[in-house]
Amino acid sequence: MAEGPVPEQGKVAKIAFAILAACVLAACTQPVNSPYSAAESGGSVLYSAFGERPKHLDPARSYSENEYVFLGNIYEPPLQYHYLKRPYELEPQTAAGMPTVRYFDAAGRELPVDADSARIALSEYEIRIKPGIRYQPHPCFARDAAGKPRYIPMRPEELAGIDNFLDFTETGSRELTADDYVYQIRRLAHPRVQSPILGLMSDYIVGLKDLAKVLAEAAKAQSKEAYLDINAFDFEGAYVVDRHTYRVRLKGKYPQFVYWLAMPFFAPVPEEAERFYRQPGMAAKNFSLDWQPVGTGAYYLAENEPNRVMRLERNPHYREDFYPAEGAPGDREAGLLADAGKRLPMVDRVVYSLEKEDVPYWNKFLQGYYDASGITSDSFDQAIRMNADGEPDLTPDMRERGIQLATAARPTLSYMGFNMLDPVVGGLSEPARKLRQALSIAIDYEEFISIFLNGRGLVGQGPIPPGIFGYREGIEGVNPVVFRTDCADRDSRSRGNDGGCQRFKRRPLEDARRLLAEAGYPNGRDARTGQPLTLYFDTAASGPEAKSRMDWFRKQFAKLDIQLVVRATDYNRFQDKMRKGSAQIFEWGWNADYPDPENFLFLLYGPHRKVGTGGENAANYQNPRFDRLFERMKDMDNSPERQAVIDRMVHLVREDAPWLFAFHPKSFGLRHGWVKNVKPNLMSHNLLKYRRVDPAARATYQAKWNRPVLWPVAVTAAVLAGMIWPAVAAYRRRQKATAHA
Amino acid sequence: MLNYIVRRLLYAIPILLGVNLLTFALFFMVNTPDDMARIHLGAKHVTEEAIQGWKREHGYDKPLFFNAGVEGAAKVGDTLFVEKSLKLFVLDFGPADDGRDIAREIKTRMWPSLAIALPTFLVGLLAYISFALLLVFFRGTRLDTAGVILCVALMSISGLFYVIAGQYVMGKLWHWFPISGYQPGLDAWKFLLMPVLVSLVAGIGDSARFYRALFIEEIGKDYVRTARAKGLSELRVLFRHVLGNAMIPILTGVVVVIPRLFLGSLIIESFFGIPGLGSYTIDAIQAQDFAIVRSMVFLGSLLYIAGLVLTDISYTLVDPRVRLE
Repeated sequence: MAEGPVPEQGKVAKIAFAILAACVLAACTQPVNSPYSAAESGGSVLYSAFGERPKHLDPARSYSENEYVFLGNIYEPPLQYHYLKRPYELEPQTAAGMPTVRYFDAAGRELPVDADSARIALSEYEIRIKPGIRYQPHPCFARDAAGKPRYIPMRPEELAGIDNFLDFTETGSRELTADDYVYQIRRLAHPRVQSPILGLMSDYIVGLKDLAKVLAEAAKAQSKEAYLDINAFDFEGAYVVDRHTYRVRLKGKYPQFVYWLAMPFFAPVPEEAERFYRQPGMAAKNFSLDWQPVGTGAYYLAENEPNRVMRLERNPHYREDFYPAEGAPGDREAGLLADAGKRLPMVDRVVYSLEKEDVPYWNKFLQGYYDASGITSDSFDQAIRMNADGEPDLTPDMRERGIQLATAARPTLSYMGFNMLDPVVGGLSEPARKLRQALSIAIDYEEFISIFLNGRGLVGQGPIPPGIFGYREGIEGVNPVVFRTDCADRDSRSRGNDGGCQRFKRRPLEDARRLLAEAGYPNGRDARTGQPLTLYFDTAASGPEAKSRMDWFRKQFAKLDIQLVVRATDYNRFQDKMRKGSAQIFEWGWNADYPDPENFLFLLYGPHRKVGTGGENAANYQNPRFDRLFERMKDMDNSPERQAVIDRMVHLVREDAPWLFAFHPKSFGLRHGWVKNVKPNLMSHNLLKYRRVDPAARATYQAKWNRPVLWPVAVTAAVLAGMIWPAVAAYRRRQKATAHA
Repeated sequence: MLNYIVRRLLYAIPILLGVNLLTFALFFMVNTPDDMARIHLGAKHVTEEAIQGWKREHGYDKPLFFNAGVEGAAKVGDTLFVEKSLKLFVLDFGPADDGRDIAREIKTRMWPSLAIALPTFLVGLLAYISFALLLVFFRGTRLDTAGVILCVALMSISGLFYVIAGQYVMGKLWHWFPISGYQPGLDAWKFLLMPVLVSLVAGIGDSARFYRALFIEEIGKDYVRTARAKGLSELRVLFRHVLGNAMIPILTGVVVVIPRLFLGSLIIESFFGIPGLGSYTIDAIQAQDFAIVRSMVFLGSLLYIAGLVLTDISYTLVDPRVRLE
């Protein structure tokens, strides 16, 4: 008997058995349609998705919501927003306490904290960080037996053998120091980092602009991959006081700076990381700070395959951090304080899968493979129904699945802008103002929200969104130019506790027509020429959905017999028109960087107009009274006095109507019942550490919702057999017939 | 044949240069370097200095085709076109505008694309040809009519429908496969089965009809009658003689796509969450990442040319009368 083939057969059989066993085992441990590998499953894991791969993960460069989802949990700026308290409240994160600020006049003399803003030439913020905070494990910190950096410098032949970031077998960590924060502030001026806030911060941080110029010159003299030692250049804007204290020097007074201290731009970056990544050959392997972050946060990026998955793992060196013990009213009843005082983070791993399309995302959420989901227009009716009070509620199917709904008004404003430089709709003249006011009444954004947003929005009453200081709730906050109180029916439901009217409705179209006539366009025609009034709406929106939106806008303008010409273009051309001021009417929006009214009202500040200065005032609105009030308001602390100034500013822009305050979108989020401690917090980005999951409940539901249906296999086989058999029979008949012929 | 191949490859150089020229002209007709900078720097707080800095850093601060500010050959050489184009001819794609290495990205993403495209291509070819031959065998009968109607119906439905229907039925209702996603290695099979099946069903209508038309033309020829007269079974007649003689038009359509298989499919990969190359170019166009766009257009053209050369070579294998001179 030949001996060779027997062991071969045995080997094949063993491999086949091993594969079969692996399949059976996999099928036993998780449903057959589970999209996760064994390594990604089990234990305390959160499953989520991202629709677009992040472009930048460098905290000095990234300025996008989809990137902050990751960065916010990896990097730790000195401050953060309290998870539960509303309105949003800053609190120390790595800082030992809130920053202290000292003011100085032009002669360098210290001023009292309540000094007049005009006298303040310099503000100096001192931030003291907690000692003992350590970085995530990373090869840039690895040291050899002699205590020298293991991978800095790295020989090219050594790097040649490394293909994946996990091939760096040795890692290390070190304590976070004040140097790291100052280093990051310097990095904002690094010519190769290209921080988007360099221009803005150069106006505030002392010497940042000069540092950027010097660094740009120095970089020119080097190769692109070479390390640029930014610490070797003079910089007065930030300096280290001691190992755990640093100071930032600002020109004048800029109280909003503390909010920036809660953003990743001001998170610490260790110099070792920059030295490590700037070695020759690293960039060609996609090893860069823009790709592999190095932070002190609750999680670190363990797997970065943005075409498929991004996996965060618990940072083993994460500092002592605890779940908040106090929150907003109602949080305790909602169970949001059940984990008070528990050590954070509560989830070991977070798996983000790339999901470009809404349909598979939604279906996988319903199968239990994603823990949370937004609601698209397509899935809205399946998930949400409006109750008798007109409030959104879950459908019975969602309730049966234990799904929970959380809604929150976003700190965002969408508006329709009028170019104030335009001869027809622009300017502060009475006719132009009345024309804009007439349009503000005619364009029914309640209807827009109902049709295009499934009711997920609040009609805008002014430039400040809800949740931001300066926003007025209820009837007090209603824009009287567009709405009027509506309590004629004496319905008690429409009255507040004080008996005052709490209900309002849009002014009738007659009011708009009257204003239009007063503006010189009776019945939509120019009183002087008799020509119909034609207005132009510039937009970058395209596609079928945009078309229906534009049709709706045309109808709104047609209510006043005004013809609207939609000038759709691509985003680049649209931006170009805005910069040149050649657009007439446009739609735009702003998402809060921080919860301060200054971050919205500056969009109407004259010196920030788009034309000529390239600022963010896209309407090119310039009202000296508003500008003076803005300059006063921006330096004030939140107080009744500040509210009074804001009220005057809001009143001015309502009267001038450079914007048509369209809506504040509402975020609707769904989550499965096994995910705990979820409260919408639209300013924070480090929310993962507060989450808790019940993996056993999830596994039970996943098994229940994903039992394979096997009868279609038999039916499909039968149908195929039913199709093949007549063909085979016919073939045989034909063959026999040929033989007999 | 070697001379022919060398000649064809030399022809490729001006073609690729022309494609590159067109890509540059078209891209920059729609997007200026300032637009690209704005897209990359984000929507907020972007200053003119930042835009100029971005352009300088990424080499977009030079004129496109002609640099009047310099002397001699540099007037042409010190331009965006020459600087960004020449390296492509040695397949040095460089970094994308977001800093990531393009060649590395292609190497990583081509395997998942191939994992779907290769089985779809091979099984599809086999299935479509067999189905078409079956229809030819039953030509003129109700089975043939039913098959043709089925093909017309299948080809009349949008490809997107198959994807959504497949996900709904096999993924959502029956729970046979993950609705979307991908795992590398051995775990990949369960993510690939549904997209491959959907691709096969989506492609059967037009492919089977096309092949049927080819075979119908062959089936009436004398050599088929001779083969049957010799007593060969119908299967042998169809799969050996008819198929063999219809190979030239089949190869014309088939071989040219082989080198481009790894470029993937946009719809299939987007809906099934396959991390392939299918959406790489589209995403780059949306992100105005010109480095990726020009690299992928160049690569696509190169592979297309390679496919055409391979097609010519394959003719010589199936038809001894064809000589490449």
